[in-house]
This record gives sequence, structure tokens and C-alpha cells, in this order.
Amino acid sequence: MQIVSKVREPLVTGGKTYKDITEDVCRPVEGSPSMGWFAGMALSLCLLLAGGAFLGEMLWSGIGRWGLNKTVQWAWDITNFVWWVGIGHAGTLISAVLLLFRQKWRTSINRAAEAMTIFAVICAAIWPVVHMGRPWIGGIWALPLPNTYGSLWVNFNSPLLWDVFAISTYFSVSLVFWFIGLVPDFATIRDRAIKPIPRLIYGALSMGFNGSAKTWMHYEAVSLILAGLSTPLVLSVHTIVSMDFATSVIPGWHTTIFPPYFVAGAIFSGFAMVLTLMLVTRKLYKLEDYITMEHIEMMSLVVTITGSVVGIAYITEFVIAWYSGVEYEQYAFVNRMTGQYWWAYWSMMGCNVISPQVFYFKKLRTSIPFIFFISIVVNIGMWFERFVIIVTSLHRDFLPSSWVYFTPTIYDVMCYVFTFGLFFTLFLAFAKYFPVVNMAEVKSVLKSSDTKVYKSRRTISNEVVPEADRVPVDL
Amino acid sequence: MEKNTNYLVGVFGDEDIMIKAVKALRKKGVNIYEVFTPYPVHFLEDALGYKRSWMPKAAFGFGALGTTCAILLQSWIMGFEWPMIIGGKGFIAIPDFVPITFELTVLFSAFGMAGSFFVSQDLKPYKVPQIFDRRQSDDKHIMAIDLAANKLSEDEIKALLSEAGAEEVNNKSFTEKEKKGSFIDYVVDLFTNGVTDSARELKG
Repeated sequence: MQIVSKVREPLVTGGKTYKDITEDVCRPVEGSPSMGWFAGMALSLCLLLAGGAFLGEMLWSGIGRWGLNKTVQWAWDITNFVWWVGIGHAGTLISAVLLLFRQKWRTSINRAAEAMTIFAVICAAIWPVVHMGRPWIGGIWALPLPNTYGSLWVNFNSPLLWDVFAISTYFSVSLVFWFIGLVPDFATIRDRAIKPIPRLIYGALSMGFNGSAKTWMHYEAVSLILAGLSTPLVLSVHTIVSMDFATSVIPGWHTTIFPPYFVAGAIFSGFAMVLTLMLVTRKLYKLEDYITMEHIEMMSLVVTITGSVVGIAYITEFVIAWYSGVEYEQYAFVNRMTGQYWWAYWSMMGCNVISPQVFYFKKLRTSIPFIFFISIVVNIGMWFERFVIIVTSLHRDFLPSSWVYFTPTIYDVMCYVFTFGLFFTLFLAFAKYFPVVNMAEVKSVLKSSDTKVYKSRRTISNEVVPEADRVPVDL
Repeated sequence: MEKNTNYLVGVFGDEDIMIKAVKALRKKGVNIYEVFTPYPVHFLEDALGYKRSWMPKAAFGFGALGTTCAILLQSWIMGFEWPMIIGGKGFIAIPDFVPITFELTVLFSAFGMAGSFFVSQDLKPYKVPQIFDRRQSDDKHIMAIDLAANKLSEDEIKALLSEAGAEEVNNKSFTEKEKKGSFIDYVVDLFTNGVTDSARELKG
């Protein structure tokens, strides 16, 4: 029944059986964590606490602690917000878009990628909340509540409000999607539990799922529709984030290319972060047979493609500014390249447009240390992209007397560090207590990775399959 | 506690053999209670003769509700409850309402459908599932046959199951307490007797 590609490498290598999958994925959950995990957790908690101290102080004294001024009213806060939301996009792309396209290689990475999405969106949501200065009443400002609080209703014409709806919908729908995917795996851990407490906790988390054919039938329908809903949702989220800028009248922001350009950039940075996390998780959890070189190559190629899309967007933006004939628009772009922030612009260009092109070389896109390095370079580049868009468009105000240079303070830096601490703490906790690979989904693709079928598929690889070993594949 | 053996449990190691067995047994007129699998097996629902899932309908219904609510909420607030001129736009500026209408459609649809799934399948944190064989979530496909619902004798069905490729055929019954599925009884039992059955080897 399976449609088997004749040219693809097997999805799971090492001749794994169903039982091996269960054992390999459950082992870290059931055993005690490694020293590497403790070291990572300690480091993340240090970042969390150190950043948290500065964030707390900032909330106490006000956002004047940040380097913002009258001209540059938005800088690191919104840069970090867009950066974290963008990172989140890869998880949904892997779990939803690739599900719709029947890309089965997604099965072994979608769990961790989706966890990354959820944690990244949590880190992103911190920024709009704290940048309000008084977050304890900020919730009331952002919700559509009636006029009892002394102000008017929220403004439904504003992209900032659209963003509130987009981000909260995205977060909650991703959470539901992720949880539904986890339910069968929690049931596996529950059934394997040998002590009362784990049986009870994982039993509650599994919601009493028993794998009956009827439940699976509905379950499959639910996952497919959730994927169908998440796909336009994920595109809408970064589209709306880009509208925070694109619907304004600031030269450099007021561009119609923003929505597709932001979405491509989001997938780009998200895949880079997935690579960063998965290369480490794969090694620490010995998941080399599940997250194979083929997976890593695929992700590297996605990075190259989206990086090129982003590069084209940069150039298009520049050409359109020239073609528009509007000198303010033209100045905004020339200023980005040659103004005071030239170093940020060229870091962005180097990291985002040039660096991912190296993956055209097979040798480079199969070298794990090199991919790890590039994945970090890409994320630095994507941070600079947002910084360039936001700060360079603002720092040259309409009045030359208001022109300034923005410099971050220690509070800007440490609040950003706080979100890193939070992200890695959450991810490490996930990696310990939750199954990092979707066992049920990997089991369902195992048959198409069967070694017999595999032999007949290696038609384009270097190894020539003898006639006798070729097995007819039912297409 | 009365223990009556009323289920036959066939254990299969391969999805294709299991699907063939389901078809073969149903052809012989065996009434299969349910099949439990570690991962979704495609076409199993067809082999068992289940109707198509109604989840898409739930998703559409809740989505439509979300669209309606979003349009009504925004139009009422911006057009009637407190009209305000913003950027010279009309009070009910439909294009501006598109993003939030879309988001609420997705939100209602996803939560409505997921809620329908959990409620209709009776999945809840305090559910005590009836489990025929713990290996069902590991590597085995478990076919449960209710003997009371079948005309064929136990031995006949056993023979059919073995013939169809079942690795093991076991008897299984649930006590009255297990059938009731009380969560409190389950927790009390868990902490007094410990874990008594697991897909892993129990130590000690």
C-alpha cells in the first residue's frame, strides 16, 4: 500500500524494528538524564536567572532602562519578537505543510520542531508584553473588552491588534496540534511504566488513549485537518507580523513585498534553528538512525532555498525603491547600505544571502560541524535583518534634528539573554520528559524503509544493485 | 471477584497480516470487537467496515461559527457600539476585518474539532482505558473478539485467528471493577498493588 520512492534513501536506517523505535525513544524518558543534559540545564538556568534579574529590574524601573529614545522607539524589543516568531515557523512548516505534501521524512523531526515552535512563540510573546512597560494592565489593553476600563474598545483596524489575535491563535493551535500528536506516545510510555507515579502521570497525559482503530481513524482526520488549518495560519502569522511595519508610512517599512519576504525569512531562520537543535539532540540521544544524513541534507537545502528567496527579496526591495522615484524611500535603502548601520546591513547580507549558498556542495551539506556553524550564522543574520529593517528605518527621522544613533544598554542585552535561557530550559525539559521523536508516526513509515525495498531503491546512488537483489516496487 | 473469559485476543506482528486477518475473519462472519494498533494503519477502517470520520464536518461547523462570531463582533464594536473614524475609513471596514476573521475561524475550527475528538472518543485525563494487551502501543496489533457477540465457538475462532497468522491467541476478561473504570479505584489499586502489567519487564 505504501508509495515507495525508488530514489530516496530509507527514512529509518540501521534495520530498526518497531520495538527498537519504542526502546530508543523511551529510554531517555525512562532513564536518568546524562551529564550533558545536566550541564545544559545548568547553563540555561543561569542565563534565565541572570537575564531574569535584569528583566525584573527593567519592569520595576520602566523601559527607559532600554536604549530606546524619542526617534528610535522600537529596537531590540521588536527585533527579538520578530526573530523568535520567525524561528517558530519551521516547526509548523515541518509538521503541517510537509504533512500535506506527504513528505514522510518529517516524521522523525516534527515532534522536536513543533516543541521548538511553541517555546519560540512563548519567547516571542514576552516582548510585546514587556514592551508595554506595565504588562499587568497590558492584557486589558490588548483584549476586546468593553469600555468599562475607562478606555475605548481595541482598534480592529490596527495590525498590532491583528497580531495579538494571530500570535495567540498560532500559539494555541500549535499547542493543540502538538498535544494531539503526543497523546499516542504518552500512551506508549504509560503502557511501559513500571512504577505507579509515571503510570499515573503519563496515563493522565495520554487521556486514556488505547489505540483502537476507531480512535485512530478520527485521530488521522483530526491531524490532517489541523495540518490544513495550520498551513494558512502559519503563513498568516508572519504576514500579519510584517503588516505591523508594512501598513505604516515609514520609508523602508512601507513595502508590499513584506508579507512573502517575512514568511520566507521565518522559514529560513526556523530551519536553521531546527538544525542547531536537532544536530545536538541527535548526537546526545543517539538518534542517528532516525534523523539521518538525508534529513539533515533536506533541511540544509530548505535553508539554501529560503535563503535565496530572502536574497531576492532584499534586491527587489532595493530595485523597487529606486524605481519608485521617491527620494525618501531611496534614501532609506541607500542609508541601510552605506549609513551608520552599514555593518549591520552587510552582516545581514553575508549571513543570509551568501552563507547558505555553500550547501550547493554535497561535501559541505553533509558535514555536520559545518552545518551546525552555518545554522548559527543564519540565525545571527536573520536577527540582523530585523534589526536593519527596524532601526535603520527609524534612526533617520523626518526631521534631521531628530537623527540619532541607537545603542543598546545592558538591559537590552540581558532581556534578550533571558529569552534564550527560557527557550533552552523549556527545550531541555521537553527533551527529558517527553518523547523527542514521534514514535507512532515513525513506526508508520518504517515499512517503506524496509531493507528489501531499500535495495531496489538505490538506483541513483553510487552502489549498483545486482539484478538478483532488485525487488519489484509496488507503485 | 468474578472472572469470566469473554474476549479472545489475537496478537499480530505485522500490519499487512493483520489487515488480511481482519478481512478473512469478517468474511467468515466473525464479529470483531475492536483492533488496537501502535500507529495508524491505513485502510484498517475500511477492512473493519467503519463509516468515514465525521471530524471534517465538525471542523467546518466550528469554523463557520468562528467566521460568524468574528464578523459580528468586529462589525458591532466598530460600526454600532462605539463608531470611530480611523484613518478616514468606513466604520465597518471589511478588508480590515479579514485578518482577525481568518484567525478566529482557524481558532474555533481547531479547538472545536479537537474538542469533538476528545469528547466523542471519551478521552480525558482521568479515563481508565480497558487495555487488552499492553504491547498494543509498542509493536503488536491486537485484535479483540467478544465471544458473547459471536455465534462461532471459542475454538473455531481461535483456529481462524491462528490460521490468519496471529502470533498468539489469548483469553482476556475484565473484572466488574475494571469494566466500571472508576478512576479512584484505579489510583487506589495502583498504589496498593503497584503496577501489575506493563509492556516492559516488571522488576522484582
